[in-house]
Amino acid sequence: MTFLNHLISGISLGSVYAIIALGYTMVYGIAKMLNFAHGDVIMVGAYMSFCATNYLGLPAIGGVAVAVVVCTALGIVIERLAYKPLRQAPALAVLITAIGVSYLLQNAALLIWGSNSKNFTSVVSGKPLQLFGGALPVSRVTVVTVAACIVIMVGLTLFTGKTKMGTAMRAVSEDKGAAQLMGINVNTTISVTFAIGSGLAAIAGVLLCSAYPLLVPTTGSLPGIKAFTAAVFGGIGSIPGAFLGGILLGVIEIFARAYISSELSDAIVFAVLIIVLLVKPDGLLGKRVSEKV
Amino acid sequence: MKKIKNLSKNGRDSLLCYAIVIIAFVAVQAVTAGGGLSSSMKGLLVPICAYIVMAVSLNLTVGILGELSLGHAGCMSVGAFAGIVVSTSLTDSVGAAPLRLAAAIAVGGVLAAVAGVIVGVPVLRLKGDYLAIVTLAFGEIIKNIVNVLYIGRDASGLHFSILSQKFELAEGGKMIINGPMGVSGVQKIASFTSGFVLILLTLFIVLNLINSRAGRAIMSLRDNQIAADSIGIPVTHYKLMAFVISAAFAGMAGALYAMNFSTVTAAKFDFNTSILVLVFVVLGGLGNIWGSIIAAALLTVLPELLRAVRDYRMLIYAVLLIALMLFNNSSLKRRLLEKRGMRQMEKLERAGKGGA
Repeated sequence: MTFLNHLISGISLGSVYAIIALGYTMVYGIAKMLNFAHGDVIMVGAYMSFCATNYLGLPAIGGVAVAVVVCTALGIVIERLAYKPLRQAPALAVLITAIGVSYLLQNAALLIWGSNSKNFTSVVSGKPLQLFGGALPVSRVTVVTVAACIVIMVGLTLFTGKTKMGTAMRAVSEDKGAAQLMGINVNTTISVTFAIGSGLAAIAGVLLCSAYPLLVPTTGSLPGIKAFTAAVFGGIGSIPGAFLGGILLGVIEIFARAYISSELSDAIVFAVLIIVLLVKPDGLLGKRVSEKV
Repeated sequence: MKKIKNLSKNGRDSLLCYAIVIIAFVAVQAVTAGGGLSSSMKGLLVPICAYIVMAVSLNLTVGILGELSLGHAGCMSVGAFAGIVVSTSLTDSVGAAPLRLAAAIAVGGVLAAVAGVIVGVPVLRLKGDYLAIVTLAFGEIIKNIVNVLYIGRDASGLHFSILSQKFELAEGGKMIINGPMGVSGVQKIASFTSGFVLILLTLFIVLNLINSRAGRAIMSLRDNQIAADSIGIPVTHYKLMAFVISAAFAGMAGALYAMNFSTVTAAKFDFNTSILVLVFVVLGGLGNIWGSIIAAALLTVLPELLRAVRDYRMLIYAVLLIALMLFNNSSLKRRLLEKRGMRQMEKLERAGKGGA
């Protein structure tokens, strides 16, 4: 039963990573940039939900809605102001700008909310569900997190596969210039991608803090890095890959923490990543792109 | 003067590097002698030296070799803790502090180079963002391992254990690295002069490497790996060479840095430190060594200069960083450069007419 228990908490944590990684992978797929500020958008989302429920007295669902709306707007603004002028710039310049944005968000949060940790009240209340006659308690946050993750994954797959905007996204990620010639508005498409990614980050932030309720301005950085790892693990740019990578990463982390050592759990996660990349250099579900001279 | 003009562009760049460092060193010494340096600024002198070495060595990987590394602080960490173990062990047998520091820096460099080989052999098979994420992963792994490392020393020698302290020290023994608590009570033997010497050594080796046959081979990998491979340049050999030299200097910088603080923890050398150094390199200009030196020095001092606006200083730092990156790639800068270019053309034309 302890094994099942660990497995469930692993899947729960992994679902949060997967939601963040889905945002990462969408943005990477289309803008070909490592958006290091993504983790901090998670933090902003969590703070927004915290403020909406604690200061404005909104219900939990209202808090989530506020977080999603604010983060979506934030994502669009960041893209327009910081990344759009660098469309033609070398990748490293964009990376450093993203790091600048990350510093900016963290320090702005530090000024507004202070360095003391806030105690986040879970958005999902109620007693844990009792499985197997009470032998296996599963908290409601876990159920909601896993369900949300699956819904988002399926939704995104349908969105990119079936809708017009989704097709445009795939076209832009394939070849920006050709997409533009076909009459696709590249700038709008990229903005929409950032909006979706940031909205997902907000949901991830709320769910993350519901499970681990300590909220500080650096809350998002480590999950951000881990989710980035998850996205690479599954093959960056691939939606099912991000989902699989996130879940696997969460499960490995919880098992390592439970059975090997809690201090070394991060090291073990990263070691597994390295081994996977050495065997499959494009991630688990990544596409092999052959190089042309 | 004529000699300088006759030098190649690379030669002039190298000369500029040495000149900047030596002039800055003399100037700082003069100001310090005159008592014009605040104590907080004095405390920054050694970290500035360490960061300059870090930036120059990372520039070798990112700017010259063209591979993005996000785990440079990991090598720094290896060097720092190896250096501390060496200097603490030598406290009784070697009296002269500079000698102990030199030994610590040397061992730190060697061990970081070994770490560089261990990391480099698997990592350099990957490309681009995948390589970046794996260096990031290695940096985090090194941080985690140092965090659970226990090293103590007594009359019978050094004792190691991992995860928890599994050894008993004899009478008079001393813990050197105490797991997550890190190291405390380090003798602060690093000085500005030693930092200056280390920078000169780094510049000497890195600049000579860049201007050598090996350096040109490394740059050819950056510009087009497939083409380089096809004309018979051993890709892995040169990649590993650049990577390991870069790691070795990061280790030396780490040892120097650690000897400047009385307590050092593994958390000091985390992902954020790697990013900090990467920012120096990119702002200084990829492949531009003197740019790295200036960017490292300025950006280390900047938060100190902004101390007057205490709470907002990191915010201002972030905004400046974004603004600089945007300006660097903006059409405004291009236009300014074009204008300058036009003026120079006009000058040349006029000179040409005058001569004819």
